[in-house]
Amino acid sequence: MFRIVKRQDMSSRYSTLLRIGSIFAALIFTALIIILLGYNPLQVYAKIVEGSLFSKFRITQTIHKMIPLITLSLGCAVAFKMKFWNIGAEGQFYLGALGATYIALNYGSLPPYILLPIMFVAGFICGALWALIAALLRTAFGASETLVTLMLNYIATNIIMYLQYGPWKDPEARGFAKIARFSPNAWLPTIFGVQSGWIITLILVVLIYFMFAKTRLGYQIQVIGENTQTASYAGMNVNKILIIAVILSGGICGIAGMMQASGVEHSLTYELSAGLGFTAVITAWLARLDPLNIVIVSTLFSVLLQGGTYIQTALQVPSSIAGIIQGVILFFVLASDFFVNYKIIRVKKETPDAAVSFDEGK
Amino acid sequence: MQKYDIELINISKSFGIVKANSEISLSIAPGEIHALLGENGSGKSTLMNILSGIYTPDEGIIKLDGSEVKFNSPSDSIAAGIGMVHQHFKLVDVMSATENILIGLPGGLFIKPKKATREIQAVADKYGLKIDLSKKVYEMSVSEKQTVEIMKVLYRGARILILDEPTAVLTPQEIVSLFGILRNMKASGCSIIIITHKLNEVMEISDRVTVLHKGRSIKTLVTSETDMTELTTLMVGKPISLEIKRTDAAAELIKPLLEVSDLTVLNADKREVLDNMSFTLSSGEILGVAGIAGSGQKELCETIAGLQRAASGDIIYKGQSIIKMNPRDIIKKGITMSFIPEDRLGMGLVGGMSVIDNVILKKVQMQKGIIVDRKAGKKAAERMIERFGINTPSTHTIVRKLSGGNIQKVLLGREIEMNPELLITAYPVRGLDIGASYNIYDILNEQKSKGVGILFIGEDLDVLLGLCDRIMVIHSGKNMGIVDAKSTTKEKLGLMMLGQRPDDMAS
Ligand SMILES: Nc1ncnc2c1ncn2[C@@H]1O[C@H](COP(=O)(O)OP(=O)(O)OP(=O)(O)O)[C@@H](O)[C@H]1O
Ligand SMILES: [Mg+2]
Repeated sequence: MFRIVKRQDMSSRYSTLLRIGSIFAALIFTALIIILLGYNPLQVYAKIVEGSLFSKFRITQTIHKMIPLITLSLGCAVAFKMKFWNIGAEGQFYLGALGATYIALNYGSLPPYILLPIMFVAGFICGALWALIAALLRTAFGASETLVTLMLNYIATNIIMYLQYGPWKDPEARGFAKIARFSPNAWLPTIFGVQSGWIITLILVVLIYFMFAKTRLGYQIQVIGENTQTASYAGMNVNKILIIAVILSGGICGIAGMMQASGVEHSLTYELSAGLGFTAVITAWLARLDPLNIVIVSTLFSVLLQGGTYIQTALQVPSSIAGIIQGVILFFVLASDFFVNYKIIRVKKETPDAAVSFDEGK
Repeated sequence: MQKYDIELINISKSFGIVKANSEISLSIAPGEIHALLGENGSGKSTLMNILSGIYTPDEGIIKLDGSEVKFNSPSDSIAAGIGMVHQHFKLVDVMSATENILIGLPGGLFIKPKKATREIQAVADKYGLKIDLSKKVYEMSVSEKQTVEIMKVLYRGARILILDEPTAVLTPQEIVSLFGILRNMKASGCSIIIITHKLNEVMEISDRVTVLHKGRSIKTLVTSETDMTELTTLMVGKPISLEIKRTDAAAELIKPLLEVSDLTVLNADKREVLDNMSFTLSSGEILGVAGIAGSGQKELCETIAGLQRAASGDIIYKGQSIIKMNPRDIIKKGITMSFIPEDRLGMGLVGGMSVIDNVILKKVQMQKGIIVDRKAGKKAAERMIERFGINTPSTHTIVRKLSGGNIQKVLLGREIEMNPELLITAYPVRGLDIGASYNIYDILNEQKSKGVGILFIGEDLDVLLGLCDRIMVIHSGKNMGIVDAKSTTKEKLGLMMLGQRPDDMAS
């Protein structure tokens, strides 16, 4: 007989160890799945690393996933810190890309040093406005932001699809449904062979870190996330701060979209995000909303994503193995969370069968 | 040799560097009421959490009827007949008393309700608990909730009951009835361990008392062979005076400060929780508020502090109306008002943040610039720890991890260190040990003599009589009258609390 028991006295060192251990456990578990599928796990893992890191081109590809993923995770983290469950990074990403594309297509002749900043601003504003819808619905009617942001994601992709097949279709694309390529003025320049968005992303990491560690706004967001009653007691304008945080969150996701359109694709498609907006919810969470952890976790996930596409061609292994690894890691880390809070003990026969007991204790 | 129900032998427990219990031994005889006494943070709750299976001890053993037992979870200790009522209740609000009592049992809510209700009622009758089993928890007063918690433990067949500061939230009448229940339980052979900071309760209810000091057990005494002075001395480590002084502010400091007129506040069901209440408070004065719990104390405080909206009436602070202001407006107007609410972790503190971050909570709203000044916050926190004797491993410790009394001191310290002109305080010494309580009375007096106006929501009539200048008695949201604390009596206050007006009484 085993029983689940709530723990009250977990030390923080033990819980860190447990989390690191859980990632290894996830890799071992996936190895078993890979064996079951008839492949050699060591080879698959080696190829994943090789496929994402072992040439200049592959590293570039990996970084092109890292940049948006880190940025989107940061955006999510800002909202999550105040327990505003913005899972609309995907939609905000597309709206940001849309705003930037509008500028790029219509004012493409402006010199880059004017055009690019305008595109950044447009990306931020559009992403922010998209997120703002959910914030306003929540503050005005108490609507669940989880549902609203989720639905806004689908609306966003459909808007892009509509534009791509309709009004924004490039007449010069010989019948292909494509939005026109940006003029080179609207391209983010490359530095060391990768799009220069990484500089912006790094700046954002530092800014967000700084915001939460040092600034008033960051402090207020955290207080509201912990206890809204105490926040109003202390004289905070809870709704105003909530809206500011959501604007920041959506705006950052919008910037991610702008950078991907301008720095990588030089255009807009309804597949621009490759689902990173959803992955970001996971990475932000795994990183416990900490900006520095976000960089680490997002890097790991980008390697997995990029390596995943590579093993498909290199070993004829379905790239969904990378997806499995991601899922398993998430599962194991969540499970380790469970073990931080609960323990399983063996019960001797004579103790009465009191079943699961986590309603007891606090 | 005396036979003991329970023996705790050399129990030690540390949290990180904090040694909460070191080598504590304690034994409980059958049919005994045993009081645990000790300063805030001396390890009482920790020890009882060990006995009820929530924590596992680092060292030491627990013996039940002479044989060693190991508790891995609360259900183990319940199975062994030990039940604990925590200070913070753990009931499901939307469920009835019966459902709350049954939940968590094998079979739980599938037990036939009629039969279960009959059984529960039988247990309640046996010990003299009054309980409406069909009432939903959210409709209950604190004392009713406590009764449900006790029922829950008794229905599971506990013969050893642990109560962690059960009287802190009860009115004097409720305490009397709780003690009646405890005596009934004792008469039928149960043992009871009760934690309390109130010495008169220790003297009244317990057979023996164990004093803890800084995680160690100092002494176990037979209650009838000791007295309050000896107990305080053991507890604090030195003798302290148990007298409340009343200071007077210089006459020129006494000016009108707050004027509340015809204040009416409605709750969500549109019922008057404050009904046409009027009173004034001067600077340099302590105005006490007495009343049965839930008579409108919370609403009164929160409306003045700007956290609840009034339906009608006015609140004038130094000549300007603040009735329409929220806390933010009040701060912006430069009004320095401190408010110590009754449910600290629910409002007032951020449990998951450090002492420093809790200390700066209000300053952050007023400061200029975008950077939070934690350096000043750390200084302020250190000053506060010193002045209020807060027992914390560091200024970075998460507030929720402090002991109950020390959590309270963090809030109190912050609000008093703000040097307010108006101080609203609800049950400021709830959960504080004797030394700390008297320290708070001194500090309130010191504030008063500096010209601060204090609205003191109290529960202990002796304290109200000793500390306040005037006492306003409220009963279901109405002001029953304001009396002079120097000339009134406890009996008179008691009658007013039950709804009589002073002019109706033959004096
Ligand atoms: N979960 C915990 N994590 C870290 N430290 C803790 C924890 N629980 C208690 N402590 C520390 O252990 C010490 C004893 O705490 P305990 O709650 O037992 O005190 P207490 O005697 O009940 O005090 P009070 O009268 O204030 O309720 C305190 O210093 C407290 O900070
Ligand atoms: Mg305690």
